[in-house]
Amino acid sequence: MNVPIGKLTAIGGGLSLLLILLAAFSPWIAPLDPLDQSFLTANQGPTAEHWFGTDAFGRDVLSRVLFGGRVSLAIGILAPLLSALAGIWAGMLAGYLGGWTDRLLSRSSDLLMSFPTLLLGVMIAAALGPSFQSAVIAIAVALFPRFVRLSRSATQVVRREPFIDASIAAGRGTASIVLRHVLPNIAGPLVVALSLWIATAIRLEAALSFLGLGAQPPAPSWGNMIRDGMSDLVGDPWPAAFAGAAITISVLAFNMVGDALRDLLDPETGL
Amino acid sequence: MTGYILRRLLEVVPTILLVLTLVFFALRIMPGDPAVAALGEFAAPDAIDRFREKLGLNQPLYAQYFAFLAQALTGNFGNSMNNGAPIGDLLAQALPYTIALALAATAIGIAIGLPLGAMTAVHRGGKIDAFGRFFALIGFSLPDFYFGVLLLLAFSLHLDWFPMLGGGKGFLDQLHHLVLPAITLGLVMAAFVMRLTRSSLLEVLKRDYVRTARGKGVAEHLVIFKHALRNALIPVTTGMGIYLLTTLSGTITVELVFSRPGLGTLLIGGVSARDYTLVQAGLVVFAFFVVVVNLATDLLCAAIDPRIALR
Repeated sequence: MNVPIGKLTAIGGGLSLLLILLAAFSPWIAPLDPLDQSFLTANQGPTAEHWFGTDAFGRDVLSRVLFGGRVSLAIGILAPLLSALAGIWAGMLAGYLGGWTDRLLSRSSDLLMSFPTLLLGVMIAAALGPSFQSAVIAIAVALFPRFVRLSRSATQVVRREPFIDASIAAGRGTASIVLRHVLPNIAGPLVVALSLWIATAIRLEAALSFLGLGAQPPAPSWGNMIRDGMSDLVGDPWPAAFAGAAITISVLAFNMVGDALRDLLDPETGL
Repeated sequence: MTGYILRRLLEVVPTILLVLTLVFFALRIMPGDPAVAALGEFAAPDAIDRFREKLGLNQPLYAQYFAFLAQALTGNFGNSMNNGAPIGDLLAQALPYTIALALAATAIGIAIGLPLGAMTAVHRGGKIDAFGRFFALIGFSLPDFYFGVLLLLAFSLHLDWFPMLGGGKGFLDQLHHLVLPAITLGLVMAAFVMRLTRSSLLEVLKRDYVRTARGKGVAEHLVIFKHALRNALIPVTTGMGIYLLTTLSGTITVELVFSRPGLGTLLIGGVSARDYTLVQAGLVVFAFFVVVVNLATDLLCAAIDPRIALR
């Protein structure tokens, strides 16, 4: 721990927030229309007019990176949130109820867990056919078992606490206990996991759209910008280079937030 | 131990069955008719009917399901919808490239990650440790395919040290083609192996038997290599077994970057050509790899640490 945790959290958090804001307000920030083509200005490196250069169709790369961030970050944040919403509930029920609910949910999430996230994502997106929705579904399903497992094991610990027995004795229903007493007590590790898995999801989305399985052109996403840029890397490496840098910085930012939060909440595992 | 192996082997059966079922239904809920997708929207209705009949798509769902299971279990996937080539042949051509890439990357990952991880743990808080942290941060944030694009740009397109496109002909040429893709995936894996080795070794160095060894005057390098590192390698082995699958999925994007033949290229090509039978077969093969590697990792771990078999 040479760098103070607060500083890392601030840098990572600030960077993440900045990226989200840039993507959200891209229609107002972007200098040009990301779909505007002009063959007169095709394949230019960075200039005063086009800070990040232009692509093979003369489209402004800076505007495309900004607009691409909308798609990439939207999927990268939406998919883990959906996954968390379903996975946390499933995990809490499995951990709280035990018995066959637990066996069924644990076994099926173990099975899904045996697949690496990228492979599972590619398999699902390949089966569903390429689109924005497939990418969201593929990433959400790939992360789902991880949320189930985490919230299940955290719930099992909380379940043994005396205040749960007290609530049962006081006549509270299962749903109410899980919502009011279990959820707040397991929220810490879940928030850490969520920020780390947003980083994973951004990387997954990039890989899927790089493979042509995510958001479809002409709408830019960081992954499909690299894919498009591959056709003329020698002549014009700028679109691929800047899109890749955007992915790397976003993943780094969310990873920093997650790591810092983890060290903050659980200093032991941060070794 | 024998009981554990048998039990673990038996567990594979429902897993494979479930995976095959998922693949089957995932492809069936895909929007659109595969016959229309393959022949185009304006194909003649009787051509579509013939196509459906040829693929067995006019059969009831359960009949298709059992036919699919039989195909998957015998490894006979029929012919590609697009060019008519037997899918078994296509897979047999692609597999060696993917396996070579995954293994070469793993070798690089271990060769760099293991020593680096051990050094960062021994010199905790020092300069090497700081470098290791930085290396891991980059390794965890830089997407492997983007790293591949950068390597391709620098060493293939500008310096012209390494070829791109294809897998090469003859052993040396193939090796030459393998270098950049293997380094791409290998360095990313090295970051993972490094972090795993570091945390595992730090954990072991806190143990009583390490203190005992130091206390009775064993030389420090012997303490590290004989007492600590050997024990630290148990979780590293498990972790690497699982990571082998991550590397395998990484081959999909990296093959595309380097225009290299392989399973990923075949699967993604199948998706963009809407070659339904090819996609189906590709998914089954990847799923099969996952099951086999997980099984092998479990058995290896039980062999290293017999206590696992008793649980």
